[in-house]
This record gives sequence, C-alpha cells and structure tokens, in this order.
Amino acid sequence: MRILLALLQKEFIQIRRNKTILRLIIVLPVVQLLILVNAATLEMNNLHIAVCDNDHSALSNRLVSELDASPFFRLSPEPRNVESGIHQIEEGTVDFLLVIAAGFEKEAIAGQTSRIQLLANAINSQQAQLGYAYLQQVAHRSMQNFAVEMKGVEPESKISTTSAFWYNPELNYKFFMVPGILVVLVSVVGMFLTSMNLVREKEMGTIEQINVTPVRKSTFIVAKLLPFLIIGLFELGLGLIIGKLVYDVPIEGSLWLIFGIGTLYLIGLLGLGLLLSTFSSSQQQVTFVSYFFLLVFILMSGIFTSVDNMPEWGQNVNLINPFFYFIDVMRSILLKGAGLADLWRQVGGISFLAVTLVTLAVFNYRKAS
Amino acid sequence: METSSHVINVKDLVKKFGDFTANDHLNFQVKKGEVFGFLGANGAGKTTAIKILCGLSLPTSGLVEVAGYNVKTHPEKVKSSIGYMSQKFSLYDDLTVFENIRLFGTIYGLSSGEIKKRSGEMLSRLGIEEQRNRLLSTLSLGWKQKLAFSVAVLHRPKIVFLDEPTSGVDPITRRQFWELIYQAADEGITVFVTTHYLDEAEYCNRVTIMVDGRISALDTPAGLKTQLDCDTMNDVFLKLTRPN
Repeated sequence: MRILLALLQKEFIQIRRNKTILRLIIVLPVVQLLILVNAATLEMNNLHIAVCDNDHSALSNRLVSELDASPFFRLSPEPRNVESGIHQIEEGTVDFLLVIAAGFEKEAIAGQTSRIQLLANAINSQQAQLGYAYLQQVAHRSMQNFAVEMKGVEPESKISTTSAFWYNPELNYKFFMVPGILVVLVSVVGMFLTSMNLVREKEMGTIEQINVTPVRKSTFIVAKLLPFLIIGLFELGLGLIIGKLVYDVPIEGSLWLIFGIGTLYLIGLLGLGLLLSTFSSSQQQVTFVSYFFLLVFILMSGIFTSVDNMPEWGQNVNLINPFFYFIDVMRSILLKGAGLADLWRQVGGISFLAVTLVTLAVFNYRKAS
Repeated sequence: METSSHVINVKDLVKKFGDFTANDHLNFQVKKGEVFGFLGANGAGKTTAIKILCGLSLPTSGLVEVAGYNVKTHPEKVKSSIGYMSQKFSLYDDLTVFENIRLFGTIYGLSSGEIKKRSGEMLSRLGIEEQRNRLLSTLSLGWKQKLAFSVAVLHRPKIVFLDEPTSGVDPITRRQFWELIYQAADEGITVFVTTHYLDEAEYCNRVTIMVDGRISALDTPAGLKTQLDCDTMNDVFLKLTRPN
C-alpha cells in the first residue's frame, strides 16, 4: 500500500510538472465541445431549391411561397425550363429542382392525384433525404390548406400521419452530438495519456529501474491506471458542465449512474491503452496504433450515423467496440433518463471489455524478457 | 556447500537471441564484499549477463543464483536483495533529487524516518545538500551518475550491479565515483561492475574478461598480468581480444 501511494505520488507530480498535458486537459474539452458540436451538425437549412413552375396557378404559387417561407429552403431564381434547372444541379448552384407539371391545380380541384417532381443532388445522400422529407411536409401542408379553402372542410378520407419525436422533441441535433463528442473526448484523453506514459518510461529507460525493484506488477499497473482514470472522470464532469451551460443538454437520468458506468468504461479503455503500450517500444509506434483503434471505434460507434443502418457484420464488430456501448449509454441516460435496468446489455459489454483488456494488459506486461 | 561465501553463483549460463548466442556457457562465482569487474568490448555480452543476474532478462539455460536465490524461480527475492544502475541514466528527470530518493526508498521498504536520515547522510556525503529540491534534469551527468549510484545502494543491498556506470563522465568524476564504490564495498556491499575503461579494471579485486560471449580470463588484475606476461591491463585486454 505504501508502495502504491509512493508510485501514485510520483505520477501526479510528473503530470503536474508537464505543462503541455495540463493545458491539454483543460483546453481540449472546451474546444472540442464548443467547436465540434456546432461544426458536426446534420441540421439542414438554406438548401438551395429552384422551382420550375409549368402551371402558374394559385395553388402552385402558394406552394412556392410556402417553400420560400420555410427556413429549410432558399429559393433560387426560376430556371427557363427543366433542362436548365438540371444544368444548375450539375453546376452545383442548386441542391434541388422542383418541377410542377401543367394542370397541377386542375387535377387537385378535380380531386385527382396531382403530381410534382423533385430532383435532388444526392452526392450528399443525407442532405437529399432530409430535403425530400422537408419538401413532402411543405407540399402536404399547402395541399391541405388549399383543400380547406376550396371546400371549407378538411378532406375526410385522407390518412394523415402525425409524428412525435420522443426524447428530443425539438430534434435538437446538439443534444445528440454532445454526449457523443464527450465520449470521444474522455476516451482520447484517457487512452493516449496512458499509453504514452508507459512507453515514455520505456524510452527513457526508467522502466528498467522499476523492473529491477521488487514492486509487484499489479501495484505498478494500478499506479499507472488510477491517475488517468481520475483525469478521465474529471473530463467527463467538465464536459457535462459545458454541455449543460452552453447547450442546455438535458440530464434526465442519474449522474451517479453516468459516473459509475463511466468509471467502468474508462478502466477498459485505459487497459487498452496500457495493452497497446506493452506492445510498443516508442511513443511514435503507440500513437500510430492508438490512432488506428480510435478511428475505427469512433466511426463505427454510431456517433454520426445510425448503427442500425450498418450491415450485420458491422454491427457484430460493434460488440467489441467500447465507444458504441458508452455513447449509447450516455445518450440513453442524458436524453431518456434510462436506468441501470434498461442498460444491462451495454453495461455487460463494457464490463466484459474492461475485465478482458486489463487482464490482457497485466498478463502482457513483463518485468523480465 | 561452498556457495555460502559466494553471493553470486553462475553455472553454464547460456542466453540466446534467436541464432545469436550472447552468453555462451558462463561459469563464475563472486565472493561477498568483493569488487568484481566485468570487462569486454562493446557487444561482448556484458550487459546481457548483468540483466540476467538482476532478473531483467531470463537465461536460456544454466543456473544463476544471486544472494542465495535462483533468479529463475525467485526473481522477486533476488530483486529485494540487490541494487542496480543501468548503462542509461534511469532516475526520473522530472522529479527532484529528494523525490527520487523518497520513491526508491519507499519501494525498497524503508520507513519515511529512515529515508530522511539516509538521504541526509547521502547528500552530505556527496556534498549536494542544497541541491535537494532541484529537478534532476538540471544536474550535470556526473552528478546524476553519482546520485544514481547512491540511490542504488540506499537500501543497503547485498549486491549492487553497475552497468558501465562511468561511461561518458570526466576523469575526475570517475575518480570520485570509484571512491563511492569503495565506500560501499567497505560497508560490506558486493559490487559487480561492468566497464570498458581498462584503468578501472585495476581497481577491482577480481576481473573477468569477456570475448564474444565467452569468459576468456578470470583472475586478480595482478594475476592476469603475470599469467599473460603483460605490464598493463590494456595489454592483457588486447592480447585476449586480438590473439596473434
């Protein structure tokens, strides 16, 4: 115990003297949360749309002015014909082209299906899909209003879909991003600091001086993990405060639960950092390998894209992706107020990874070669 | 057994790295309180041998006993009885002089009272009491090496292993360093030292000369000189490493 305390004291003194790390610990969460959350937005507005109106009727005018009023769309000058509208898409000056056929209003009044055509630049497929959905909403609303005005009653036979967005009713994209970015932040700090720390001792040769002493392997590893676990939890707290103050992210669930699962998660991730450092002999190597793991984990985790859309093999890979579990946990607790009973699967996954990774790290760290 | 007076007992030690044999059937014993020199050119296998003796590296075959324990079966027992100073300076540069002493003192199980007492003695012996709270990175290499040695013997080990402790330091510091070694030997600590400075070989009680992973000679410096009919250790070394 005295030995463990002495080793911990040494680690903390070294961290305190390392000004770069100290600055990083404070600056990183602030910058990441303030900049990345705003930059990595998937919200759509100001989509450029051109309308090729071949009907020039009251109804088509109404549709166009509704589009113009919508915050999602910005109306471009009307093209001469469909071909020149398509040309504009090709040039990239507009994102969408809406074609209203002649006789559009007549068909609507006659109660027939009236047709409009939307051409979208789908290089950015997400933007195209969202634009399509927005347009449908706008068109649906104009048609309904038109029907009400014409007949004085709501059309009875039409099925209307109403949707309610649970847990994030305003579809605030930031509520979705903050927990994700926060997980990345905590992970990067924890994993890099741990792996670099041990490899640095290898590079300096100081590890040899420790290995020649009777210090137990487990004591040494705990002394290497604990400081970064504390730093990781501090980052988590700091990030949550920024999320609350700046973005007003709801905290529906228990903070205790967040920090409890966070501790488990960090133990696993620091274990991974340590494991990687036992394989590496230079900081350059370990940075490169950590970067590889981080990139794969982050992109597969569902932080930007929905995991449900991934092929099955991808979803299976996520079974060993700690980011996947913890991002899910964070979003569920913060936005849904999920409790431990709802999260047993994720917590099981995180626990399994934590135990496995730390065991491997301890096993693989050798005092003698 | 005769090993009672021997603190190091090595029989048929072999260490191979793949096809390369770094230590080829080494046999030697070191007596308690001896200053035992391990000489050889770069790459002769000195560092490999010293790492095996300290439990940092495992022997491929052969018996190695240090302080009465087999390094293969009881490495931790061996480690609490020895001190080690590596070729590369390996105290913590970003800790102060005292923080380093406190860290290693605690690891070897000294009480804080004992650490305070011994560090006070050590610093006054080295004459650097006022440097107590200086970061190690601000000290010169000579001072660092003397400090590293003092830390290695702080817990009064039975044996201290020194791997080329004086490489890169000036002649005056080397002289002072050897005075520290003698002080430790006077206190009953056995000193096992590798070097490639042949004048330092003269300071040892007995000297082993390693050539290409084998021990080619082992005797007192005087004995070696008569045996090979040379005037200096330098000639002894050249005769053994370039026999023609």
